[in-house]
Amino acid sequence: MENFANILLLLVILLNFFILGSARLGACIRSVALQGAMLSLVPVLLHHGSPHSLILGGAALLLKGFFMPWLLFRAIRQVQIRREIEPMIGYVPTLLLGTLATAGAFIFSDQLPLIEAHKGSLAIPCGLATLAAGFLMLITRRKALTQALGYLIFENGIYIFGVLLSEALPLMVEAGVLLDLLAAIFVIGIVMNQINREFASLNVQNLSSLRE
Amino acid sequence: MFMQLYLIAVVMTALSGLPALIGMGTGKGERVAAYLLAAGCLVGLGGIIGALFLPQPPGVGLPWELPGAHLLLRLDGLAAVFLLPAFLIGGLGSLYGLGYWPGSRYGMGAGWLRVFYGLLVASLVVLPACRNGILFLLVWEVMAVSGFLLILAEHLLPEARRAALIYLVATHTGTLALFGLFALLAQVSGSFDFPSPGTLAGGTGWASAIFLLALFGFGIKAGLIPFHIWLPEAHAAAPSHVSALMSGVMIKMGIYGIIRVVSFFATIPVWWGWTVLILGAVSGVMGVVFALAQHDIKRLLAYHSVENIGIILLGLGLALLGRSYDLPELTALGLAGALLHVINHGLFKSLLFLAAGSVIQATGTRRIDLYGGLHRQMPVTALCFLGGAVAICGLPPLNGFVSEWLIYLGIFQGQTAQAPLPLSLTLLIAPTLALIGGLALACFVKVYGVTFLGEARHEWPKPVGESPLSMRLPMVVILGCCLAIGLFPALVLPLLQSAEAAWRPGSVVSELSIGLAPVGWISLSAGLLILISWSIFMRQQISWRESLPRPSTWGCGYLKPTSTMQYTATSFAEIITGLFRWGLWSEIRQVGSRRFFPDSANFSIHTPDIILDRLIFPLSGFVSRIAFMIRSILHHGIIGIYLLYICLTLVFLLIFVLGF
Repeated sequence: MENFANILLLLVILLNFFILGSARLGACIRSVALQGAMLSLVPVLLHHGSPHSLILGGAALLLKGFFMPWLLFRAIRQVQIRREIEPMIGYVPTLLLGTLATAGAFIFSDQLPLIEAHKGSLAIPCGLATLAAGFLMLITRRKALTQALGYLIFENGIYIFGVLLSEALPLMVEAGVLLDLLAAIFVIGIVMNQINREFASLNVQNLSSLRE
Repeated sequence: MFMQLYLIAVVMTALSGLPALIGMGTGKGERVAAYLLAAGCLVGLGGIIGALFLPQPPGVGLPWELPGAHLLLRLDGLAAVFLLPAFLIGGLGSLYGLGYWPGSRYGMGAGWLRVFYGLLVASLVVLPACRNGILFLLVWEVMAVSGFLLILAEHLLPEARRAALIYLVATHTGTLALFGLFALLAQVSGSFDFPSPGTLAGGTGWASAIFLLALFGFGIKAGLIPFHIWLPEAHAAAPSHVSALMSGVMIKMGIYGIIRVVSFFATIPVWWGWTVLILGAVSGVMGVVFALAQHDIKRLLAYHSVENIGIILLGLGLALLGRSYDLPELTALGLAGALLHVINHGLFKSLLFLAAGSVIQATGTRRIDLYGGLHRQMPVTALCFLGGAVAICGLPPLNGFVSEWLIYLGIFQGQTAQAPLPLSLTLLIAPTLALIGGLALACFVKVYGVTFLGEARHEWPKPVGESPLSMRLPMVVILGCCLAIGLFPALVLPLLQSAEAAWRPGSVVSELSIGLAPVGWISLSAGLLILISWSIFMRQQISWRESLPRPSTWGCGYLKPTSTMQYTATSFAEIITGLFRWGLWSEIRQVGSRRFFPDSANFSIHTPDIILDRLIFPLSGFVSRIAFMIRSILHHGIIGIYLLYICLTLVFLLIFVLGF
């Protein structure tokens, strides 16, 4: 079981790289959905199917694996875009940065003062690497949709950390985090439509004219 | 038994506003609320006075879920000094509000005013009894916030909103310091419960930090210069009975805090006493000088609060020096003077604010220069204001004299042959106190003369008349209390002694009555003074001939004198404010020529507050300009960069974690 969870976590890292290097929005959304779905299995595997982890995993699977991708696909259908063009930093440099960040995450998590049970666990470097990938996505991409994806990846990273604590973390807190995420995706969906209508493009750069 | 009475009183005052909200529009609810608060205050007074006669101060202690907190209340003598004025002024002010702020004129606002007023009174009567830091802070915040809402009573006026905002910023700055203070205190004493008097070491760095935090945090509430910035604005903007409660009672809670905190220490470093003395002298002199320069009657009274806080601090400073140099007589007299002045100022300042409110309600303005000759229409108000004015100037036979006299006695007590040299410098306090008294006298001659004497200066839209009974009665009661303390100071000596016993470990009881303060002489001379002045007045009345024409004041024998020939408040005060031009920095605007045949001329003078308007506003403007400059660099609207900031912060925090 533990090994299977580790394989899942490695797949998550691979998916990070795929998303960072891909220009096609549809593929990105599918990968993020896949990543979320895989992650929803991790708590069930790590905690051997306790009711708490089952509820949590089920809710995460529904939300991240099905509902949110559906929302995002609907959004890109409405605004008629397929590709992220002209990111702020090119795809290859982004991939390089992502690699560096992942390597850094592994080195860093070796230094962390962890409790005995978490020593050597893949979850911590994987969580950090996913956080970094989410950040990279948020910083380098221009379209509102890719920003939403970055946000989702970011949340996946936090979720991996949450898995370690899921026995200690009350259900209500987890549910609150999921609800937050859902609300945020809704908001971004609405914002996307509004930006599109106002500027006839999805570039969040246009928003800089709104500053004080 | 008395503790229960006191607790009942607290609950009654806290809930007293509710009937006014429920029964709004009928006027009945408002009256129920006022009587409920007044009854609560009577019960509370009974409880406090009864508790003073018990051999041990009664208290109540209950556990509380909050970490570090206990519901710990105790009614010792020191608390009683602050509780008596709180109950008295709170209850009387609520009756006064019936005439001054009726629901028939202010609608729903009057109901809410009663709610917040009740809360303020309740917090004021709980605060001095609190013996736990966390409980104290909670009650302190209730007091601060209800005060803020009361200042906002006339929230449609921009002036009131400005005053409330300044008050809120000031009071929360003070609260911040108090958080630090109680945290340090808990660190030193090991618990959030207040330590017993004289149990902490005084010479350490922690002790100095606690003292300075107390001086700053409580000093903002007390309004000592330079922390008085909120006081003139807030007292001017609040309704008069609220100003009376704030000035008479609320700012004393700052004094209470300082006195209580220094009582925890076994030894008092010398510089504490000197710091308090110097702050007191500056507040006293500058407070009264600024008061002289005001032409808004409530702002003027507010600056007089600053002055009187200064006098209280002078007494407290002497008491602290007495502790440092181990002179029990000096401590006894200084503390007695300070505490009695707390009570006295509570009485006469609220009397003055209530009388001023009565004038403001009759005329509709706060500008002194528009008043004139009001004593004919408002004899009771005029008499009460006169009583308050005599008291605040520290003249016999009223109560202000007694407390200042105790401080003078303390100053001279310190000048013994074996006193160390620095202590003899306290002799300089005597002329300072005399200067304050003299300037206060000049100021109140100005206010009373311009407001009540002379001729009317202004055509009022509606005829000016005496205020209703609900407003006159509280004033007369307070005047009676002032007179009672002035004539029979022996009445309050036991209270002061029990307060000193609570303040100082192992203090010598009944020091004051034997020889140190010969209060019997005061009663005698005050009685004689009243008798003599009364007989001179009656003689004049009898010898007055009806046939004599009654000339107008300041008519100067002209054929057709006009009311504009009178001294105005500004011109009267100019003689003295001119001397203090270096500290006042008044803005003078003068239009017109001084030729042989004068044409139309214009003169106006305005004295902004030296700390608030000349220091804090320019300084905060500078800081905000710099902040805007930094913002224009950091805040450019590119979302990716904003996210980069977050990312960098996260990386920094991770490295920080690793570093430790």
